[in-house]
Amino acid sequence: MISSLTAEKLACTRGDRRLFDGLSFRVSAGQALAVEGANGAGKTSLLRMIAGFLAPAAGRLVLKSAQAEITDAEERGKSVGWLGHHDGLKPQLTVREQLDFFARLYGRAPDASALERVGLARQAELPCRYLSAGQRRRLALARLLVSERPLWLLDEPFAALDTAGQGLIAQLMARHCGHGGIIIAATHDPLGLGNESLKL
Amino acid sequence: MQFLFRYANPHNFMRLSGAVLPFTAIGAALALIAGIYFSFSVPPDYQQGTTITILFIHVPAAIMAMVAYSSIAVCSLLSLVWRHPLSDTAARAAAPLGAMFTVMGLITGALWGKPMWGAYWVWDARLTSFLLLLFIYLGYMALWSAIEDEIKAARAAAILALVGAVNIPIIKFSVEWWNTLHQGETITTGKLASVYVPALLTMMLGYFLLFITLWMVRIRTAILERRARNLMQGVAS
Amino acid sequence: MSSFGTLLLRDLRLAARSGGGAALALSFFALVATLVPLGVGADLKLLARVAGGVLWVAAVLSALLSLDRLFQGDFEDGSLEVIALSPLALEMVALAKILAHWLSTGLPLTLLSPLLALLFNLDVAPTLTLFLSLLIGTPAVSAVGAIGASLTLSLKRGGLILPLIILPLLAPVVIFGAGAVALVLDGMSGGGALGLLAAFAFGAVLLSPFAAAASVRLNLGG
Repeated sequence: MISSLTAEKLACTRGDRRLFDGLSFRVSAGQALAVEGANGAGKTSLLRMIAGFLAPAAGRLVLKSAQAEITDAEERGKSVGWLGHHDGLKPQLTVREQLDFFARLYGRAPDASALERVGLARQAELPCRYLSAGQRRRLALARLLVSERPLWLLDEPFAALDTAGQGLIAQLMARHCGHGGIIIAATHDPLGLGNESLKL
Repeated sequence: MQFLFRYANPHNFMRLSGAVLPFTAIGAALALIAGIYFSFSVPPDYQQGTTITILFIHVPAAIMAMVAYSSIAVCSLLSLVWRHPLSDTAARAAAPLGAMFTVMGLITGALWGKPMWGAYWVWDARLTSFLLLLFIYLGYMALWSAIEDEIKAARAAAILALVGAVNIPIIKFSVEWWNTLHQGETITTGKLASVYVPALLTMMLGYFLLFITLWMVRIRTAILERRARNLMQGVAS
Repeated sequence: MSSFGTLLLRDLRLAARSGGGAALALSFFALVATLVPLGVGADLKLLARVAGGVLWVAAVLSALLSLDRLFQGDFEDGSLEVIALSPLALEMVALAKILAHWLSTGLPLTLLSPLLALLFNLDVAPTLTLFLSLLIGTPAVSAVGAIGASLTLSLKRGGLILPLIILPLLAPVVIFGAGAVALVLDGMSGGGALGLLAAFAFGAVLLSPFAAAASVRLNLGG
């Protein structure tokens, strides 16, 4: 279990352009952080940086657990549950195959109950090509659940979801924090978790 | 390494290369003029006759094609390990020059082959590996221009350049193996008579200085181009 | 099942269900082999002479067909990020994809080759050599190809530039593979050539996952 994520004076450059500079924050277990800002301010870049895809131009990220301090990007990635712009689904695979693939890839036992929790139990044998955008997003949420990762990085988590879906994700996020997880979400909408927010 | 990096800063590079450029340019011109004079004033070879003159143009071109690729590989390594932007610019700038030397090597090789072999192209081992080298240059340049994000393009091209550097000796070996298999008409030229050495060495020096000069000009142009772009972007926003 | 096996199995399943994979590569392979006699004439002696080279070139081109999608599909739909964050190192991800590509194209091509060799009037011994050379050499095609696929994975028209990048690098595979067949046709042993081919394939399969993983990392940074 991790206890906190700390960013120290992070800077991000894309080409010759500096997106942000001297960015510091700290999120502890059970907390959520909303990253806000205009399009192109670097919200997604910050998430990619935390996930370890993008190297910071300056500064560092420290992930603390009870036993150790992790500063290596690749190592940090092994704690990350990722929900990006794209859902990462293959049209040729059924909902269950898709979810089992992610579970086994992450070294977890396949767990059909995750489908029930996101309301996709009836669609289990349906190939993903027949899912609506909202259903695809729900399956991506189920993937997040089966990965059992403590640090959730969510890019626009409310996108493509209807009111019921937004309620579902709010409930899942609250549960994750309640279990001592950490959430960092790039969003235009309030997370409703009594969380802090970071303006880029 | 520190010493290298001091001059690898674009600003310092502009200053240093600006000072050196006139000398290498004049040096290249003098060496090439002298080299061409020597090349045409040597006595004909007992075996190759006057066609030996072609070799003074061909051999340095072939060597410079390899030198240019090695330069690209070294710059790519510097770029991947130390993330130095100037080495990317340098690697990219060297590629068309290397491709040009390769084409020169191929054309002069074919021209030399016609009187020697009776055909412009006989799938000689050396010519064949240079033809493959030309394709490697073309692929490298195509990858550079295909990827729009310049940083990504630079790193992808660097990876490709290093893969190519590992592979080129293997390609060369395999083509030689293939040539013995198919009994190609490779003519092994014996030891060069000492009377031809001055001509060859002068030409080699001329080619080398020409490469250095053109390489620096291309790097300088790329730096200036980027500065101009940055200025214009500044005005636009 | 291990993460590696899971990824391998998924990629094989995707290849089987996309309808592209093996069937397309095999049809292309057979089609090129059919066009060659139409081009050079039906002289059986000549066909036996060129069979090794023609079938090797055709096999390499067929394997190229599905190569540009090796990482691109996962990159475009966001799976690649999720896979990159899994416990599996990216080098092993690349290796799994190379293996999946070989199993769905290189291996079927190899299995089909004796039939096409028959059409080219090739004797038993050279046919066996061709079969062995394809078995040994096609993994190198997938491995070197994976480097090209990873370098062009963000390109919309990567399929056009990919062959330009990797075909020159694959020259040794064609040389040793077709060379082995030519040696056997001349009554000599193809063992040396097959050995060189195996060495190249071994090196390629060993090293290319590192280059491919480096290039995938670079693209994930975007």
